[in-house]
Amino acid sequence: MMQPELRTPAVDVDSIAHEARLYSLWETAPGLKGFLSSVDHKTIGIRYIVTAFVFLALGGVEALVIRLQLAGPNLTLLTPSEYNQFFSTHGMTMIFLYAAPVLSGFSNYLWPLLLGSRDMAFPRLNALSYWIYLAAGLFLYAGFLTGNGPNDGWFNYVPYASRDFNPGLNQDFYALGMVFLGVSTTVGSANFVVTAFRTRAPGMSINRIPIMVWGTLTASVANLLVVPAVSLAFFMLWMDRQFGTHFFDPAGGGQPLLWQHLFWIFGHPWVYAIVLPAMGMVSDGLPVFCRRPVVGYSLVALATVATMILGFGVWVHHMFATGLPGLGLSFFSGASIVIVLPSAVAVFAWLATIWLGRPVITTAFLFFSSMILLFVIGGVSGFMTASVPVDWQLTDTYFVVAHLHYVLIGINVFPVVGALYFWFPKMTGRMLDEKLGRWNFWIMFIGFNLAFLPMHLTGLLGMPRRVYTYAANGGWGTLNLITSIGSFLFAAGVLLLLINVMKSLKSGAAAGRNPWDAPTLEWAVSSPPPPYNFAVIPTVASRHPLWEGRLGTEGDRSSLDRGMLLVEGKETIGTSGLDADPDMVLKMSKDSFAPISLAAGMSVLFTGLLLKLWALAIVGAVICTMALIAWFWPLHELREREAPHG
Amino acid sequence: MNAHLWPLTYLTSAGARAASVVPLTWYLLTVSIIVVLVIAMLLWAGVRRSRPHDLNVGMSAIPVERGDNGIRWISVGVMVSAVPLVVALVWTMLTLAAVAGPPAHPGLVLDVTGRQWWWEVRYNADSPPDIFETANEIHIPVGVPVLVRLHGGDVIHSFWVPQLTGKTDTIPGQVNLSWLEADKPGRYLGQCTEFCGFQHAHMQFEVVAEPRAQFDRWESQQRQSAPAPVTPQATRGLALVEYRCGLCHRVRGTDAGAISAPDLTHLMSRRTIAAGTLINNPGNLVGWIQNPQNIKPGSLMPNQVLSAAQLSDTLAYLESLK
Repeated sequence: MMQPELRTPAVDVDSIAHEARLYSLWETAPGLKGFLSSVDHKTIGIRYIVTAFVFLALGGVEALVIRLQLAGPNLTLLTPSEYNQFFSTHGMTMIFLYAAPVLSGFSNYLWPLLLGSRDMAFPRLNALSYWIYLAAGLFLYAGFLTGNGPNDGWFNYVPYASRDFNPGLNQDFYALGMVFLGVSTTVGSANFVVTAFRTRAPGMSINRIPIMVWGTLTASVANLLVVPAVSLAFFMLWMDRQFGTHFFDPAGGGQPLLWQHLFWIFGHPWVYAIVLPAMGMVSDGLPVFCRRPVVGYSLVALATVATMILGFGVWVHHMFATGLPGLGLSFFSGASIVIVLPSAVAVFAWLATIWLGRPVITTAFLFFSSMILLFVIGGVSGFMTASVPVDWQLTDTYFVVAHLHYVLIGINVFPVVGALYFWFPKMTGRMLDEKLGRWNFWIMFIGFNLAFLPMHLTGLLGMPRRVYTYAANGGWGTLNLITSIGSFLFAAGVLLLLINVMKSLKSGAAAGRNPWDAPTLEWAVSSPPPPYNFAVIPTVASRHPLWEGRLGTEGDRSSLDRGMLLVEGKETIGTSGLDADPDMVLKMSKDSFAPISLAAGMSVLFTGLLLKLWALAIVGAVICTMALIAWFWPLHELREREAPHG
Repeated sequence: MNAHLWPLTYLTSAGARAASVVPLTWYLLTVSIIVVLVIAMLLWAGVRRSRPHDLNVGMSAIPVERGDNGIRWISVGVMVSAVPLVVALVWTMLTLAAVAGPPAHPGLVLDVTGRQWWWEVRYNADSPPDIFETANEIHIPVGVPVLVRLHGGDVIHSFWVPQLTGKTDTIPGQVNLSWLEADKPGRYLGQCTEFCGFQHAHMQFEVVAEPRAQFDRWESQQRQSAPAPVTPQATRGLALVEYRCGLCHRVRGTDAGAISAPDLTHLMSRRTIAAGTLINNPGNLVGWIQNPQNIKPGSLMPNQVLSAAQLSDTLAYLESLK
C-alpha cells in the first residue's frame, strides 16, 4: 500500500553504505517466515512463472492422454465420463491456470525493473494475487483429482452444467473455483493499472514505456471490465444449482443463452488478454536481436489498445449458430474481420524490424520470430471463422481446435518460452544453454506444426470437436494419428526446456548485467537484481536508456547512476500518469502475513460453500476478516498514522 | 474432398443452402494460404539475412543503429491486407443474406428436437392422425426447400448436415430455424456439434433425400400404425415390448406409448439404430437391447436382462415393424 509523503528526496550517486541501508530495508527475511510473507515482486513473479509451468505440464499430460484416446478410431483408453473431464480440465488449466498467470508472472517480475521502480504499486496485493491463484488452482484441481473435475468444457454451457443434468460436485468445484480465481485476476489487474500510471521512473513518459507494458496494461484494463461478467455467471450458476434460482433455467423463465453472453463477453476479451502481453514480449525482445529499435513503436502501441477495444465487440462470433438475428450477426462478423487490421500492424512492424535490422540468431530470437508465422496462421484461420455463413460450417469442428491452438500456443507459449530464454539470465544470473536451446526450439516448432497444421484439414473434413471417440468411416484416422505423434514430439520439446532450465540453473554460464546488450532499464541492474532493484531511482530520457549515444540521436541522456536515494524507509517515487513527473514519495509496505492469511481464509470459505458446511464457511469468513483487519491496521511507517508529537 | 470418403466434409455440397457457402469458404481458404505463404517467405528471407555471430563474444560487440523508420512496411502491409478483407466482408454479407432467412414457401416443415443422445423428428399434417414422429432419419423430397424448426429437448445440441446446411443450435426454451434443400437423391450424414454430455460423439442422423413419389410413399407408410403381430412369437414379443420398452418408447397402435425415447413404430425402415451408432440389423439390434451401456456408455437406455427366448420373441416383433 502506498501513501504520499511530500518532501524533496536527496539526490546523489550510489555508495556502499547506501546499498547496505537499502538491503536492510528491502531484503526478505530468510527461512519460512520470509517465504510466507514476502511481498517482493521478483519473488512473486518467479512463483507465478514456476506455478504456471507446473500447470502447463499438468495440462500437457492431460492433452497427451487425450491424444492417445484419439490416435485412432474407436479407442477405449478413457470412458466418456473420463474423457469429458480430461478435455475440460485441459482447457481450464491451459487458459486459466497457465496462459494468464504465466504472463502475470513475467509482468510481475519485470514491470518494476522495466519502469525503474522498486516494487509494484501495491506489494501486499501482489502477494495476495499470487496466493489466491495458487489456492484457486489447487481448489480446481482437487475436483479433478477426486473424480469431480469440470466436465462441460471450459466454456461450461448450461443447461448441461445445471444440476438436473450434472448432479455431481464437478460443476460446484468449477463454479466456485472460477469465482475464487477471479479475485486473483481482479486484484492483480488493478495493481498493474496503478503501477503503470503511478510508479514509472521520472522522465519515462507514457510514450517511452516498453510495448510489453502496453500489452499488460491493456489486458489488465480489459480484465477489470470483463472478469466481473464471468464471476457473476459462475455465481449465478452456483445459485441455480444450490438454491434453485432460475437464471439459466427456461422452465423458470431463465435463459440458457444468458450464460453464453456473459461467458463470451468475458471470454473473447480474455483471449486478447492472454496474447497481448506476449505480443509485447516479442515487440520488445525481437528488436534487441535485430540490433535496432522496433519499427513503428507508436503504431504498435496503438494497435495493442485498438485490438482490445475492438475485442470487446466480437464476442458473439462464438455464438453465430445460436439462432441470433442476422443483422446482429453481421455487426459482430464485421468487427471480427476488421480486428485483423491492428494485428496486421504488429505483424508488419515485426517483419520490418527484422528486415531493416540484421538479426542475430539466438534461441530467444527463434522463438520470437517463429511466433510471427504462427500468429499469422492462427490469425487467418480466425478470420475465416469471422465470416458467419462459413463459420456455420467451421464452428465446433477440429478446424477451430487447430485455430485456437495456433493462437494460444503460437502467440502465448512460443513468446513465453522465448521470454524465458531472454530474461532467464536476469532472473537467475545464468544463461540458458544455447545449443540445447536450438534442439528445444526445433523440436517444439516441428512437433507443434506436425500436430496442429494437419488438424485444419481434419476440421475441414468434418470432424466434430469434443467427441471422446470417432467412427472409422469419418475418414479422419490418419490425420488424427499424425496429430498425436506431433503432440508427443511437442511435449518432448517442452521437456527439453525443463532439462535446459535444470541444467543451466546449476552450471549455466554467468550472465552479467546485460548479456544481450539490450536497451531497457532491467538490464542496468545486476543479475539477479538486488531486492530494491535500483540503488538510485533512474531518470529516463528516451525509450532506450542503455542504447543512448549509439543510435545517433542527440538530446538529453538518461541518468542511471545518479538519482533519488530514497532510503528513509521502504520507498519509491510516485510520478504523474502521462509525463512521469515525480510528485511524491511512495511508502511501500513491508513483508506481511496478511495476504497469505486472507488467501487461506478464502480457501476455507470456498471449501465450506462447496460442501455446504456453513459453519466452515463462517470460520473462513472470520479468518478473512481478521486478515483484513491486520492488513488495514494503520501503520506509522506507511504514514497511515500521525507521528507522535514531541 | 469426396463426400463418400469424408461424409461430413463441407468443402463440397449437395444442396442450395450449403452450395452458396462453398465458394466463399474456398475464397477465404485460398486467401489465408496465400497470406501465410507470403509472410512465411518474407520471414524466412528476413531471417536468412542474419549476421554470423559467435555468441561467446557478447552482443555488445554488435553495433545498434536506428535505421529506417520502416513505417512504409506497416502502411503498405495494412493497405494490401485490407483489400481481401473488404472483399471477404462484402461477400460474407451477401452470402449471409442469401442463406440466412428461412425459405418463404417451404415445401415441407419439420420439427426436430435434440435429445440426449438422439434426434426426434416430427412430420406435421393438417389432420392430427397423420402427424407422426420418427428418430435419427429425416426423409425429404429432392429439390424442395425444407424448413426445420429446432427445439431443445434437454440440453443444447446443434443440428448440422454439412453437405446441406451449416449448424444451428437446438436450445431449450426457444425455437431456432434452419433450412435445407437437396439437389439430388442420397443419404447425407448429420451430426450433433454442440457438446451435450457423455454420448455427444454418438449423436448422428441421416437426411435421406428422395424423388417426390418415393418420399410420398415413405410418408404414407410412416403414417400407418404398427401392424398387429401375425405369429405367436411376435405376439409374445409385443407383450414384452409393451411391458418393458413401453416405459420409454412408443409403438403407435399398441400400449407402448411413452415418448422419452425414439418412436419404434417403423423401426425396421431405418438404416441405423442408436443415433447412427450401429447399422440396423438383427445382430446389432439384439446387442443393443442387451447391452446399450457397452456400446454407448452413459446412454439413457438401461441394459435389458432378457432370457434367450424373450430376446428372440422381442426381436420377432420388432422385425415386423417395417
